[in-house]
Amino acid sequence: MTALNTEANLAAPDDFYQELIDAHRDLTEAQSALLNARLILLLANHVGDLAVLREALAAAREDLGAVK
Amino acid sequence: MKTYTHPVYAYVRPAELGGTTRHWPVVVAGAGPVGLTAAIDLALRGIDVLLVDEDDTVSVGSRAICWSKRTLEILDRLGCAERMVKKGVGWSVGRVFFRDEQVYEFNLLSGEGHRRPAFINLQQYWVEQFLVERLSELAQADLRWRSKVVGVKEEADRVAVRIAAPDGEYTVHADWLIAADGARSPIRSMLGVECEGQVFHDRFLIADIAMHSGFPAERRFWFDPPFHRHQSALLHRQADDVWRVDFQLGWDADPEEEKKPERIVPRIRAMLGADAQFEIEWSSVYTFQCRRLRSFRHGRVLFAGDAAHLVSPFGARGANSGIQDADNLAWKLDLVLAGQAPERLLDSYGAERAYAADENIRHSTRSTDFITPKSAVSHTFRDAVLGLAKRYPFARALVNSGRLSLPTTLSGSSLNSPDSAGAFGSGPVPGAVAIDAPVAGPRGGWLLGYLDAGFALLCFGSSVPAEAVRSLARDGIACTVVQVGGAPANGACLIEDSEGLAFKRYDARPGTCYLLRPDQHVCARWRAFELGAVRAAIARASAQPAQAAKAAA
Repeated sequence: MTALNTEANLAAPDDFYQELIDAHRDLTEAQSALLNARLILLLANHVGDLAVLREALAAAREDLGAVK
Repeated sequence: MKTYTHPVYAYVRPAELGGTTRHWPVVVAGAGPVGLTAAIDLALRGIDVLLVDEDDTVSVGSRAICWSKRTLEILDRLGCAERMVKKGVGWSVGRVFFRDEQVYEFNLLSGEGHRRPAFINLQQYWVEQFLVERLSELAQADLRWRSKVVGVKEEADRVAVRIAAPDGEYTVHADWLIAADGARSPIRSMLGVECEGQVFHDRFLIADIAMHSGFPAERRFWFDPPFHRHQSALLHRQADDVWRVDFQLGWDADPEEEKKPERIVPRIRAMLGADAQFEIEWSSVYTFQCRRLRSFRHGRVLFAGDAAHLVSPFGARGANSGIQDADNLAWKLDLVLAGQAPERLLDSYGAERAYAADENIRHSTRSTDFITPKSAVSHTFRDAVLGLAKRYPFARALVNSGRLSLPTTLSGSSLNSPDSAGAFGSGPVPGAVAIDAPVAGPRGGWLLGYLDAGFALLCFGSSVPAEAVRSLARDGIACTVVQVGGAPANGACLIEDSEGLAFKRYDARPGTCYLLRPDQHVCARWRAFELGAVRAAIARASAQPAQAAKAAA
């Protein structure tokens, strides 16, 4: 069974991070939110495996801090 | 209305008001599609049935318009579907638009190698009229108009139903009462039971318009179109050049204001063009709920259709699932009334149809959440899906403007006998509905046409011993044998798999047998015929005690 890979897997982490931030440059908040949503959908489809996606959803929800 | 004249059915003073009383095996409350289907099915089984309705005509307004393949198959068995298909509008293409462009289209095309198409569109009033006319051919049925159930009282071994007619009230006694009295079910209130679930805070305008138009018979659905910003809209063709339009209005809309023609006409002109010529035949503003009764059986009262469960209209799951309720219930009542099955069999009605209702509610709630997102982030994801759908195939699978109704596979049902491990790779599993296929034989060209009102054993490519065919036919709960290919017939009904599709769809090899319930759901299947196994599966599917099932084996 495939598990969510949470070990370092990006060959060039700094490049990816910069490109992620750059992708949002000059966007309104609504456009940024839309971009994020589209990105999640594209990547989720690429992953495909619902079990892995569930692990990712759970991991993303951890440690969000207190809800105000 | 211009395109349809509502029949007015005469009230006939019943004998009960003159002092005569009689006992009914079954009383059905509500002559909508569900109550009518149940009454026809029961009457065809030779059961005396009294159907009462408070009105004296069929549905006002089109209401349910999409009738699914499964509904047509059920109504074929009851001798009603042909007229519907002739009168209705066939369609298979759906188009989804986002803002000002089409993002994708689908083609249902399941008509290939099946007698009936995936859907036809026909106004509910036509369907009700055809069903009323069918019922009136059956001597076992008594249909009383302007007769309202005003009281229900369970007695020791019967139920007393109080009926208010124009010239007086009377009580009839019945073994069983089917409450098919609709979304606001008065019988539900009389019994003090309520549906549980979710109420959606949104309003929709629905209208039937008569117009001659060059638009094809397609389902068109718009998200956030230029003519109706930030909301959804739907256009769908019905019979007689009547079109269904549906506009999401939002929760703050005033239902009384929105029903006025001066509010509706500009909305439709914006959708169809300033020069569109049309007449409004009917309109309504609705809200909806996704809820169901915890239990569909309350003693001798059995709830069916909207009285038992409510869904949003997206996906055509209301009337279609209600007709499957009736289909599930009629044969079980027949066996219980004949003393051939214990009352427990009726609990399986509740369990199976509640399971189906949950599936329909789940689909319907998901569609609703997609069409009318409840939060900013949900809205963003929805728009992201629609934006990606035009270019990327994967996103089209996520667009949900209503997952169109398919029959529920009753996989967890206690009436099923499980497969032997690894015996089948595909084909309909126990609990699934039988699949149609083109065949050749004495009763026409479709497999489902060879299934009668009782249990049927479908045998592929090999004969069942003549003695076994005879004894299955003579058993208390009889079972007919239909043999697909192979020889000799040995008394079974022999048909040929003319296009090879029956074998393929049932994952069949010579010797494969499927046992079908009277409602055409598979309840067991084997790779070889064995009389004891068939009898045990019939006993299980009719909720016989375990020892009886064992003895049968």
